[in-house]
Amino acid sequence: MSTELAFVRTEQIPPSPPPSSAIGPKKWIKDNLFSSIPNTILTIVTIWLIYTVLMVVVPWMANGVWNTSSLTECREVLQGKTGACFSVLSERWNQILYGFKYPVDSYWRPNTALILLAFAAAPVMFFDLPRKMLIFTAIYPFLAYWLIWGGTILGPLVALLGFVAGGFAFMRLSFKSFAAGFFGAIIAAFAVWIIGGGLIPETASENSLLAAVPSRDLGGFMLNLMLGVTCVSLSLPLGIALALGRQSNMPLIKGISVVFIEFVRGVPLITLLFVASVMLAYFFPPDSTVDLFLRVVIMITMFSAAYIAEVIRGGLAALPKGQYEAADSLGLDYPQAMRLIILPQALKISIPGIVNVAVGLFKDTTLVSVISMFDLVGMIRGPILASTEWNGVYWELLGFAAFLFFVVCYGISQYSQWLERRLATDHR
Amino acid sequence: MLIYDTRYRSLTFQVIAALVLALSFWFLGNNLIQNLRAAGLNISYSFLGETSGYDINQVLIDYDSRSTHLRAAIVGILNTLLVAFFACITATIFGVIAGVLRLSNNWLVAKVMSVYVEIFRNIPVLIWIIIIFTIMTAVLPGPRAFRGDNATASMVLDLFAFTNRGIYIPSPHFESGLFDSAVQNWLLVIAFLVGSFFATRRVSAWATAKQEATGVRPSTFWINLAIWFVPVILLMLIMGLSWEVPALKGFNFAGGIKVGGPLIALWFALSIYTGAFIAENVRAGIQAISKGQTEAASALGLRPSRVMNLVVLPQALRVIIPPLISQYLNITKNSSLAIAVGYADITATLGGITLNQTGRAIECVLLLMLFYLTISLLISVVMNTYNNAVKLKER
Repeated sequence: MSTELAFVRTEQIPPSPPPSSAIGPKKWIKDNLFSSIPNTILTIVTIWLIYTVLMVVVPWMANGVWNTSSLTECREVLQGKTGACFSVLSERWNQILYGFKYPVDSYWRPNTALILLAFAAAPVMFFDLPRKMLIFTAIYPFLAYWLIWGGTILGPLVALLGFVAGGFAFMRLSFKSFAAGFFGAIIAAFAVWIIGGGLIPETASENSLLAAVPSRDLGGFMLNLMLGVTCVSLSLPLGIALALGRQSNMPLIKGISVVFIEFVRGVPLITLLFVASVMLAYFFPPDSTVDLFLRVVIMITMFSAAYIAEVIRGGLAALPKGQYEAADSLGLDYPQAMRLIILPQALKISIPGIVNVAVGLFKDTTLVSVISMFDLVGMIRGPILASTEWNGVYWELLGFAAFLFFVVCYGISQYSQWLERRLATDHR
Repeated sequence: MLIYDTRYRSLTFQVIAALVLALSFWFLGNNLIQNLRAAGLNISYSFLGETSGYDINQVLIDYDSRSTHLRAAIVGILNTLLVAFFACITATIFGVIAGVLRLSNNWLVAKVMSVYVEIFRNIPVLIWIIIIFTIMTAVLPGPRAFRGDNATASMVLDLFAFTNRGIYIPSPHFESGLFDSAVQNWLLVIAFLVGSFFATRRVSAWATAKQEATGVRPSTFWINLAIWFVPVILLMLIMGLSWEVPALKGFNFAGGIKVGGPLIALWFALSIYTGAFIAENVRAGIQAISKGQTEAASALGLRPSRVMNLVVLPQALRVIIPPLISQYLNITKNSSLAIAVGYADITATLGGITLNQTGRAIECVLLLMLFYLTISLLISVVMNTYNNAVKLKER
């Protein structure tokens, strides 16, 4: 009989698991939702709120009807149940997106323009893409104009050639001085436009490849997107010029910029749209007819340029003074210093602000419905809600409009945050 | 060449700019004159003195269709200021609550608040105004629904009636006012409140003096509460405050104050929309205060409430207030969207009906811009004064 006195353990006991209240989801819930009495009350109230909202929204969406041709029919299908009549969206889909006058057989044109926009915007938005894609970006505005408005291709082509000629003149002359290159470019561009414009035959737009669409036929969400993209891209260079003007030490230039910026920022966009719709026509030469779309683009561009100028001024002011002095001591003149040293840094700092302005501007394009242009909101409040079939379908339409804007604006702001992280070269 | 000589270069550019500016002004002015002559128009502001001939549903001063266009414009200005003022207050309340709750330890509440902020910031304010206007007109019951024994709708607490024609709330009256006109009576109440404000300032100065002398700060909460409420309540009792409750008469509600649907829609939509932006400003302001500040204050032995009041808030406010004021400016400018729901603000009266009736587009739009410019210049003066007052005093 062997006695084993094995009271001394030879190996360690494995640690017992922590109590269930200190780990896992239980602890998380305790810490984050029920840590104190006020917190518990807050949590319960919030859960009740979410529950109430979901109880209304979920059956409404789940019972949605997608294929009826009018509200009465839709109500018959629902038979008194709560449910959405999404059929207004499927039936009026084209009107919501393109307005009610754009020729139906030409819907592929704005669609193509939108797809091409992705390719044109990609090299601007993502720096890793090959730089050669920028050539397409430069051609894109003229191509998109031709696709959407149709008519003769000669018009956009001459406009493009004018810019090309200006670019060449600038490259040839800017070795001498920036001013010579700048004015030479303007003269060359105008020469091409005037001569080219004279060469286009009057009948060119009649037998063109794409039928011409007048701009009063544009509408729907397409109009919002077009106004947003056009005005933001036009207002960037104008905004940079205004910001530099405001920083200038020439009193006259500075004065003009300050007065312009403060004036535009001091009035609501809607008054500027009134200017576009009722007043601006008085300031054009008597025989000219400038259509409403162009007048609206002019005013919205001025509006957003003033805001972008303020954002960029912030960026310029945030640069340390040493950068300006370093540029001077390298012997760079003003345009060189701005192009090579100051603006790349200042613009980088201002990107979040510029994107904010762009998102705000895109949301503000809905205001054109007030001056009776049929953008998304104008279409919903005008032709769709006023029609006998769909009179009274508020939530589906307004909810869809809100959803469209949310997707675009939220997407842009997420992109801006990604870009900010991407460009943060310091603090590593 | 003049542009190569550094002595004259700046001057040359300015002369060129002046020439271009003068030329473009001449061009635009010339076009304007020719177009006006062709249309047989002139620039004149005499239409402001003519009879307007239209009614306005929401007025703060006496107005009817025989009043002048100028008076219509003043009604519009007052309406703009009314909705902007209330929207600023409620937007601040929403914004501060959402901004603070977004930093809450409670995960669920923080998430719900960030959903609120993202949803409202990313959808145009015009759509929000229309949505709330639709709730006001299409969802709320008509006055008819309040009628009869088996009414489908009822008044909230028997005091408020939510109808699709507007919200009716009780209106206060003085039975035995010290003055004849209601306005003077209300001014008296306001004067009492201002007096209370200065009295509380004196109390806090006295408390500070006492604290510096003895080291113990006397409690002032109850004293302040009494100063705020006792005199005003006494005054109201003396003047015989009574409430006129709205009641159903005929086809509509009578009595009380009617707040029209467009006003509610505009006010509420501007509040929740701008509230989301203010929430972000508040959050950024609080997060801008480094944790060391709070920890240092706690290490000095301050209570959490005093840490907030004496250390965090004064610094956070310096960050929060400037964007807050520019949000107020945005509210004022966005209130011009009233025209979309038919609220008679300055844009809807002067820039809408008056413009369409008289055809005086240039004059109306210029006056409209002048009004908004004045407001925004006033607000920026306030902002600059404030910024200079709270600026970090550095050498």
